[in-house]
Amino acid sequence: MDSNIITIKNLHKSFGENNILNGINFKVNKGDVSCIIGPSGSGKSTFLRCINLLDYPTQGEIIYKGKNVLEDKYDVDLYRSKVGMVFQQFNLFNNLNVLDNCTVGQVKVLKKKESEAKENALRFLDKVQMSKFIDAKPKQLSGGQKQRVAIARALAMDPEVLLFDEPTSALDPETVGEVLKVMRDLAELQMTMIIVTHEMAFAKEVSNRIVFMDEGMICEEGSPEEILVNPQNERTKNFLFRFIVGESS
Amino acid sequence: MVEKSFFEWISYILQYYGLWFLQGTGITLMIALLGTVVGFLIGLGLGTVKKIPVSRNKFNRIFMSAVNFLITCYVEIFRGTPMMVQAIVLYFGMQEFLGINFNPTIAGIIIVSINTGAYMVEVVRGGIESVDPGQMEAAKAIGMTHGQAMWNIILPQTIRNILPATGNEFIINIKDTSVLNVISVTELFFVTKTIKGAIFRTYETFIVAAVIYFVLTLTVTRLLKLLEKHMDGPQEFVHVSSTMPIVFAKKSGDK
Repeated sequence: MDSNIITIKNLHKSFGENNILNGINFKVNKGDVSCIIGPSGSGKSTFLRCINLLDYPTQGEIIYKGKNVLEDKYDVDLYRSKVGMVFQQFNLFNNLNVLDNCTVGQVKVLKKKESEAKENALRFLDKVQMSKFIDAKPKQLSGGQKQRVAIARALAMDPEVLLFDEPTSALDPETVGEVLKVMRDLAELQMTMIIVTHEMAFAKEVSNRIVFMDEGMICEEGSPEEILVNPQNERTKNFLFRFIVGESS
Repeated sequence: MVEKSFFEWISYILQYYGLWFLQGTGITLMIALLGTVVGFLIGLGLGTVKKIPVSRNKFNRIFMSAVNFLITCYVEIFRGTPMMVQAIVLYFGMQEFLGINFNPTIAGIIIVSINTGAYMVEVVRGGIESVDPGQMEAAKAIGMTHGQAMWNIILPQTIRNILPATGNEFIINIKDTSVLNVISVTELFFVTKTIKGAIFRTYETFIVAAVIYFVLTLTVTRLLKLLEKHMDGPQEFVHVSSTMPIVFAKKSGDK
């Protein structure tokens, strides 16, 4: 298939005796917005971190452009630069200001010229409406502002896929909206994204695929309607039921 | 002859030996400063080497554990013996076995550097570990190599974190250069001893030395505080209200 970016086959991850992922098969196609939902400890975040090798899988294959990135000689750093990541805790570089946060990767990793990197960074900072703050240090920003800069930083690397690890979980309810808006805009621009989230309403709205994970496996996946409205799997039903009850109480 | 009072002795010492004190102070300050800077660099280099992640390549792994072992030996030996003994062993050892006749001041700088380096290795390692692991992850996530992440992201933050410990080391060095009098470095303590020998006034001479040491360390402490402040930049929380239309309704009374 042309539109396929990453294919994941039989991915396993264990920390010592603990098996976190138990054989995950997953395909990422261009323009897909996939939301991964599931209870805490189901391996959602570990799965995401395995995709860009922040956690190294114990077994399995990650095929990117026809090559398995888990092979010994593969240039992991180049692959990582093409798979952007947005963290729950933002992780902006504390020693750099907003602009440098968005240019350092372009200059050091992609070897772009300083001026070109700056222009590119400003374009994305403008997109997330943070171009007024280019001189600010991360500690001077609010959580929502930090997360928007983090998204701009990831976008500036011109990634093929963007991974979001609970991007709004560390934000207060009022700032969640501004981050979700940015992500919604990205979805409209056909950015390929994989999002681990607890924002069910958001997941339903932006994604074209929802993946339910439990105990390190994908239990069920399909369109938002299939999963959220009419789930087939018993565990999915339980999880969603508890979620709905939890929200209304 | 009328016996001089305490203050008369002090002014006598300053008048006739002030220049000596000044020279001794200069040597002390130079050895302490150079020793701290070089020691800091040694610590930064070796501490960074110690934090290189375990390679998946077997040869690299064996090589790195050998290097780590050597660093540990260096740290343990130089932290575990007094600097005075190190000074004597190194200085006279060089003369005895290698026939190298060092200028005592240069030997002093080398000894203070190596000694400070041994302490700084552990300080740097701790400093690197104190940087939020998320910083390294974010650097890796945009494709930086370990070296690029260290140089551009982790070490700048480490240096800020270990500045107070480095300042401590500097102050300790100002005082501890006094042990270098055993290899006849003409630092402040050595000069003080010499002056005492010339005028037979132990108490007054050393009071002058004490005041000089104290002024030196106090000044350095203040300067380091200023440097820390400068590195931290503005403290005020800019936190400007969002420029974006917020999807959710805002409570009244919020900014």
